[in-house]
Amino acid sequence: MPDSPILSVQDLQVTFATRQGPLRAVDGLSFDVAPKEVVGIVGESGSGKSVSMYSVLGLVRDANVQINGSVKFQGREILGLSDQEMQPIRGGEIGMIFQDPMTALTPVYTVGWQIAEQLRAHSGMTKQQARERAIELLGEVGIPDPRKRVDRYPHEFSGGMRQRVVIAMALSCNPKLLIADEPTTALDVTTQAQILDLMLKLQDSYNSSIVIITHDMGVIAEMAHKVVVMYAGRPAEIGPEIDVVRNPRHPYTWGLLGAVPRVESRNDRLTTIPGNAVSPLDIPEGCAFADRCEYRMDICTKRPQLKGTNSHLDACWLSDEQRLTIRSKAVR
Amino acid sequence: MLSFSLRRILSAVLVLFAISIAVFLIFFATPGVDPAARIAGRSASPATLAHVRAAFGLNRPIFIRYLLMMDHLFIKRDLTSYVNVGLKVVPQVLKAAPITLALVSGAAVIWLVVGIFGGIIAAANRGKFIDPLVMFIGIAAVSVPAYWLGEVVNLITQSRLHSSLFSWVPSGGYTPFTQNPWQWALHLLFPWLTLAALYAGIYARVLRAELVNAMNEDYVRTARAKGLSERRILIRHALRCSLVSIVSLFGLDFGALIGGAALLTEVVFGLQGVGMLTYTALQNLDLPVIMACVLYGSFFVVLANAVVDILYAFLDPRVRVA
Repeated sequence: MPDSPILSVQDLQVTFATRQGPLRAVDGLSFDVAPKEVVGIVGESGSGKSVSMYSVLGLVRDANVQINGSVKFQGREILGLSDQEMQPIRGGEIGMIFQDPMTALTPVYTVGWQIAEQLRAHSGMTKQQARERAIELLGEVGIPDPRKRVDRYPHEFSGGMRQRVVIAMALSCNPKLLIADEPTTALDVTTQAQILDLMLKLQDSYNSSIVIITHDMGVIAEMAHKVVVMYAGRPAEIGPEIDVVRNPRHPYTWGLLGAVPRVESRNDRLTTIPGNAVSPLDIPEGCAFADRCEYRMDICTKRPQLKGTNSHLDACWLSDEQRLTIRSKAVR
Repeated sequence: MLSFSLRRILSAVLVLFAISIAVFLIFFATPGVDPAARIAGRSASPATLAHVRAAFGLNRPIFIRYLLMMDHLFIKRDLTSYVNVGLKVVPQVLKAAPITLALVSGAAVIWLVVGIFGGIIAAANRGKFIDPLVMFIGIAAVSVPAYWLGEVVNLITQSRLHSSLFSWVPSGGYTPFTQNPWQWALHLLFPWLTLAALYAGIYARVLRAELVNAMNEDYVRTARAKGLSERRILIRHALRCSLVSIVSLFGLDFGALIGGAALLTEVVFGLQGVGMLTYTALQNLDLPVIMACVLYGSFFVVLANAVVDILYAFLDPRVRVA
């Protein structure tokens, strides 16, 4: 995609000062989001995927946080802007969908009121106009009988319906970019598919780019054009979805893909990645994944840089020949 | 909402009925105690005792006694004190009630305004100098006993600076609102402030804690991601949700104070309110008055709780269904 990127993250570092010393939640994350592109960020819990996107919008409120690097939105540096300067961007240019729709809405206001509140914050709509638009939006995200439901409170909706409300709210101001933080994690499986379909459909009609954060490779395969695999706050592998899923290069990605159940192979046990995710307090000097890696070598005590061909990059010391042998053995 | 309110009021009436029975049983059916001797007071003559027995039907079945008692209290309203012979109890309570009501309501307005304002200021400036300052003033106000604060206020306004700065402060006592609204407010100003100090401190501290919690909630993060101003997030989202706990706290405090817990303030400022009435009655073991005061107090506690629950449902839509 030749257009200049909507969002460009360069060497993002998020560090929390804690009593046990600095906690590096995100360490050297870089990626671009092109117009209309869907970028998936995938990784285990605690890999820094959510924190990195909250940092982009300035939603990390911890007083002990230190955020470095560069985040350019439509060519403009937005990292370090004040809350006041961020206001028109938040909700107006960048919409956000959260993980848990049960708690993401203020319990004491009707859903229509909450959508209208955002509309009125970013446009000169009157109360009546905002309400009409809210009804329209609720209809678009597939809430039946929106004219009636607009005056209902969040607790009167099911989880999936609430997530639709959150999506309607995020899209209300035609944002150029939609950040979805595990939008389907808290939902049951059938609802998950509906919500993903809805997001793709709306992305098409609203022409927004999407950054979707998930730990589910299945979601990535369904939605993303480009994938960023994160481990311990560092990017492990970045590339076009088709390359990363069909031809993963990093041992961590192999593990993630092995953990996705497939319909065609019934008798295989799902692979697990041995060990636990490293604590962000003591990430090793070298490769963060080394302790859990089957193919660990002496050189892994040194930190590998992202490298690769074209747009498919990974941070691993394994040579191409080594990978070929390992994978041919594994596939059989 | 309406049906919720009706249901709540109905249950309040039931609770009041139950309380009246409980109070009656405590006073008239405690084993081993002769209620006639208690009602008639210390060293009563046999003639008085006989009179009491007849008036309260003490030789008749217990439920008749209950009905007789309620008749004396609410219908004939001729319950008489035997300690201060001839003094009718119900008019006494009705005379004391407006004074307490005026004292507590005025103080409530002050403590709500000051407490909520203080809580917001502290929460909005969390981590800055002003937050611990407000909280320190709060804890100081909570720690100072009302009788001491009242005495100091009296000392300053009535004695030491009465000839200069506080010459406009009237001496203690109460002027009815209907007689002179200005004097009414003037008489009550310092009692209001004294009584409000403690509660303003508590409410500021509670609200700050609630707000700080609320600001960490997911819905606040959503509000921020919507591009709202920090002030709007604090007031329209965090404060609005924190009000629920303030309201329930307020109901309990208000009910208890109206019911007689404002005693210390009343005594210090010479206000003949319900607290004072109960206090004197207890000292004289004036049983009919004590009983009337207990029933009166419980009435306001129950009423305040019912009002709070209805307000609760108004503030929090999730409660309405239950």
